[in-house]
Amino acid sequence: MSAARSIDKSATGFADRHIGPSPSEVAHMLDVLGLDSLEHLIEGALPASILDSAPLGLGAALSEPEMLRTLGAIAAQNRRMTSLIGQGYHDTFLPPVIRRNLLENPAWYTAYTPYQPEISQGRLELLFYFQTLIRDLTGLDIANASLLDEATAAAEAMALARRVATTRANAFFVDCQCHPQTIDVLRTRAEPQGLELIIGDPDRDLDPAAVFGAILQYPGTEGQVRDPRGCIRALRDAGAIAIMAADPLALVLLEPPGELGADVAIGSMQRFGVPMGFGGPHAAYIAVRDRHKRALPGRIVGLSIDARGEPAYRLALQTREQHIRRDKATSNICTAQVLLALIATAYAMWHGPDGLRGISKRIARLSMSLASRLRAMGLVVEHAHFFDTIVVDTGEATADIHARAERQGINLRHLSATRIGIALDETSNGETLDQLWQLFAVHWSDRAAGEALPVQADDALPPSLRRTLPLLEDPAFHRYRSETAMMRYLRSLADKDLALDRTMIPLGSCTMKLNAAAEMTPIGWPEFADIHPFAPSSQVTGYRTLITDLEAYLAAIGGYDAVSLQPNSGAQGELAGLLAIRRYHRSRGEGRRDTCLIPASAHGTNPASAQLAGMRVVVVECDKTGDISLVDLQAKIDLHADTLAAIMLTYPSTHGVFEEEIGEICRRVHAAGGQVYLDGANMNAQVGLARPGHYGADVSHFNLHKTFCIPHGGGGPGIGPIGVKAHLAPFLPGHVVLGGSGAVSAAPFGSASILPISWAYIRMMGDRGLVRASAVAILNANYLAARLQPHFPILFQGRSGRVAHECIIDLRGIRDATGVTVDDVAKRLIDHGFHAPTVSFPVPDTLMIEPTESEDLAELDRFCDAMAAIRSEIDAVARGEIEIEASPLRHAPHTVRDLIEPWSRAYPRSAAIPGGGAGATKQYWPPVNRVDQGYGDRNLVCSCPPMEQYSKAAE
Amino acid sequence: MRFTPDHEWVRLEGELAMVGITEHAAAALGDIVYLEIKAPGTHLAKGDILGVIESVKAASEIYAPIAGTVSEANTCAIDDPTLIGQAPEGEGWLARLQPSDSSEIDELMDADGYRALLDSLGAEQ
Repeated sequence: MSAARSIDKSATGFADRHIGPSPSEVAHMLDVLGLDSLEHLIEGALPASILDSAPLGLGAALSEPEMLRTLGAIAAQNRRMTSLIGQGYHDTFLPPVIRRNLLENPAWYTAYTPYQPEISQGRLELLFYFQTLIRDLTGLDIANASLLDEATAAAEAMALARRVATTRANAFFVDCQCHPQTIDVLRTRAEPQGLELIIGDPDRDLDPAAVFGAILQYPGTEGQVRDPRGCIRALRDAGAIAIMAADPLALVLLEPPGELGADVAIGSMQRFGVPMGFGGPHAAYIAVRDRHKRALPGRIVGLSIDARGEPAYRLALQTREQHIRRDKATSNICTAQVLLALIATAYAMWHGPDGLRGISKRIARLSMSLASRLRAMGLVVEHAHFFDTIVVDTGEATADIHARAERQGINLRHLSATRIGIALDETSNGETLDQLWQLFAVHWSDRAAGEALPVQADDALPPSLRRTLPLLEDPAFHRYRSETAMMRYLRSLADKDLALDRTMIPLGSCTMKLNAAAEMTPIGWPEFADIHPFAPSSQVTGYRTLITDLEAYLAAIGGYDAVSLQPNSGAQGELAGLLAIRRYHRSRGEGRRDTCLIPASAHGTNPASAQLAGMRVVVVECDKTGDISLVDLQAKIDLHADTLAAIMLTYPSTHGVFEEEIGEICRRVHAAGGQVYLDGANMNAQVGLARPGHYGADVSHFNLHKTFCIPHGGGGPGIGPIGVKAHLAPFLPGHVVLGGSGAVSAAPFGSASILPISWAYIRMMGDRGLVRASAVAILNANYLAARLQPHFPILFQGRSGRVAHECIIDLRGIRDATGVTVDDVAKRLIDHGFHAPTVSFPVPDTLMIEPTESEDLAELDRFCDAMAAIRSEIDAVARGEIEIEASPLRHAPHTVRDLIEPWSRAYPRSAAIPGGGAGATKQYWPPVNRVDQGYGDRNLVCSCPPMEQYSKAAE
Repeated sequence: MRFTPDHEWVRLEGELAMVGITEHAAAALGDIVYLEIKAPGTHLAKGDILGVIESVKAASEIYAPIAGTVSEANTCAIDDPTLIGQAPEGEGWLARLQPSDSSEIDELMDADGYRALLDSLGAEQ
């Protein structure tokens, strides 16, 4: 293990399209670096001790048609059914106008999390409407911009309740009518926090004085609609927090949680147009009363103003979040489910409140018909009040009915040996009911057959819980009802944003690489999209194959023995990995081990996840070169030797360097009885070159949305599978539906429907393509570093003067000398048509740049030229030719309005945009000027104003 | 006026101790957006959390520089947190405490001591 494996001189097939630079461009860049081969670059950048020259064993690359054919055959092994299982997942119809213009549109799915608000106004606007939608559905005051799934949202709500409840009680009550997967995840999350869970019937078992909060499902997992007002009142009187897990389609007709007195509502927006996808991804929601807004987890979009005082959106109250608060954050949440939240919002706009009411009423009426007919046949339908889900007592006929149903292509819910659950949805119709009746008629004479049923109520909702609160009165939910209007609205929003379809997004640590069309295609196949997560395993052979394959590929790449695909974000992967470590120590009678060492340079999610896993965070300092200080590491190990549980490392480091001492660090932690968690955020620099499991790590998460081509979706979905060595394998997350426990996500395989993207990438790259991609990612970063070095200092470099797959440029000296801030540079890059690199992470007042292997030489040069031009503007400030306040740097980004207004600035109009406008047809124009971050946090507005304010304004 | 290593200042005004953050801390925090102070009547030991101050880029806890009981929060600064950035050692004060033992104030750094601390921090950078 010392020399780099040979790297192909050129790529062929798909790899050649995925990797930006051509062989001659690679040769040129190597020349600039004074190198003659990619092998030499790799040997200089990576420590010899970790270089791994063995093949990955992934085989030869498939061409695009070969991949689509192979994956198509796998998909065909899944059996599409009429799924009436329910339990939080329902079939839905994604309007084609949304599918084509949003889900399948790279302008939406290749965008990044909207940290740079000026170039993100389109998706920020739609997320603002998502929050308005949730506020209206729940009747609460403020919603965030989505969470990962309903079960993790319930866990987040439990943690929020613990923070804000005034009672000192340490127990949390869980309605036994919550979905089983919700209860499972609550158990996982409560245990390391030392919280006691009490599971029971709220009307019978809830002692409000004994708990800090309670969660009630509405309607219950078995369909019953109960009036929670009594429980909620009792909880509030006791100083406890009332949480409702509510189905959004039911809330269209039912009195919402806010009106019932609840403090918090959570739920899944899946059935608003997002396919079931064998479990995800879907957007969950959380909404709270205004007084709890600072305790909310996750992203919140707020309205602020720009430099002109015009309204502009941006992320609000970021000080709650892990990237600022670290182990004191409200959550470890980093990714949201933006793309899915946007689909749900567009679905609500497309249907409008009347359309949604139509859908909900139809489902309720069909369910009522089904229940009435079954009752007429002599069956017992358990509950009087329900929305879309009924439970039927089927006695000894249960197994036979399930078997017949499956033969007819219908899945029903297995509740027990004598009870069946049936959940109807938007796609159910009269034919569905006919099929169902026939199933039961075999065992119960259908006395009502052929006869009109007696006149019945429209639905089985309790009169006292009918919704009285208005819904979606904002004009945005009434304006886009024709397809032309919706198509143009989505286009106009997308045009406001910069995504990968227009420019390199050189965000350090985010790996914004190509999301190829061939990789994206299979997720739309119904054999992947329209599968219920709890479908019988005999129906999902295709998914099983896909999952087994991908687990094996990731294990080979990471050097691990077992993989879990369940965590549905990187932060969830961290939590799952740390929980595996925790359980491992406890299994050996070493439960005292609860100290987690984390370098000062770590991603904020690391300390936040460690805190959630019940660990105490101890920070390890870095030295001047950016490496972990071995002296401080040893001191901290010695100080905490008895309680050392783990170290969380990122490799290559967040400073963009392959630390030489990685092997030594792992050895020392192991020697003290600790485990090594290696954060795989920077895996893109080492696929096929080095394997964490071989150089000392015990567990890693892989960010499939970074290294393995799942698009960022404007801020989610992400997937964070974990790989572990054999001794941790027994402690991977299980799932209640598969007979296990310890789940970290609602679905057994997390966001399964987007796994085909990573599968397709790995298979089309093949062993050698992946190695070349890693090498070119490192080459691109080193080329950028070399070209930028004359203009800006590069902060950290490894032993041979090389960086890994990203580099940090240091603006602190420039700031002190000229007053030019890192924001000025980031915003000026917008005028050049670029998304800014990562700002002020991991070091304040720096920019971290990661080009990825997908960008070609021309785009890298365009970026370097832009940075050089910005440097000359900085120099003009430094020379005193222009005040920083008056400079184009401070006025950036420039809007069309700036240019057409009378000009009175200290620089010529032609200097406002690069090239004096010569490239006007290519110019990106931001819709707003620089956004005032502070104003929006001091004047928090997170949803559209209620209608009264519109009418007041009109008066 | 006396200072803590956490960049708070404290000053005796009559019987009450007035607490705020230093010019240095305000500059480091940047655009301040939020202030929260423990409810009046809350008793705090020295070093207990007195409140939270947030800017757009950072969140900091404010620690009680001396033991005492919260007597009053600066409601003007809560309503308009920009006051803190504009005049951290004047109108942008944070809270008044009823000291348990007002002589504790004398144990804190004086202006020269605090300046020396800032110099040593600058040198480290």
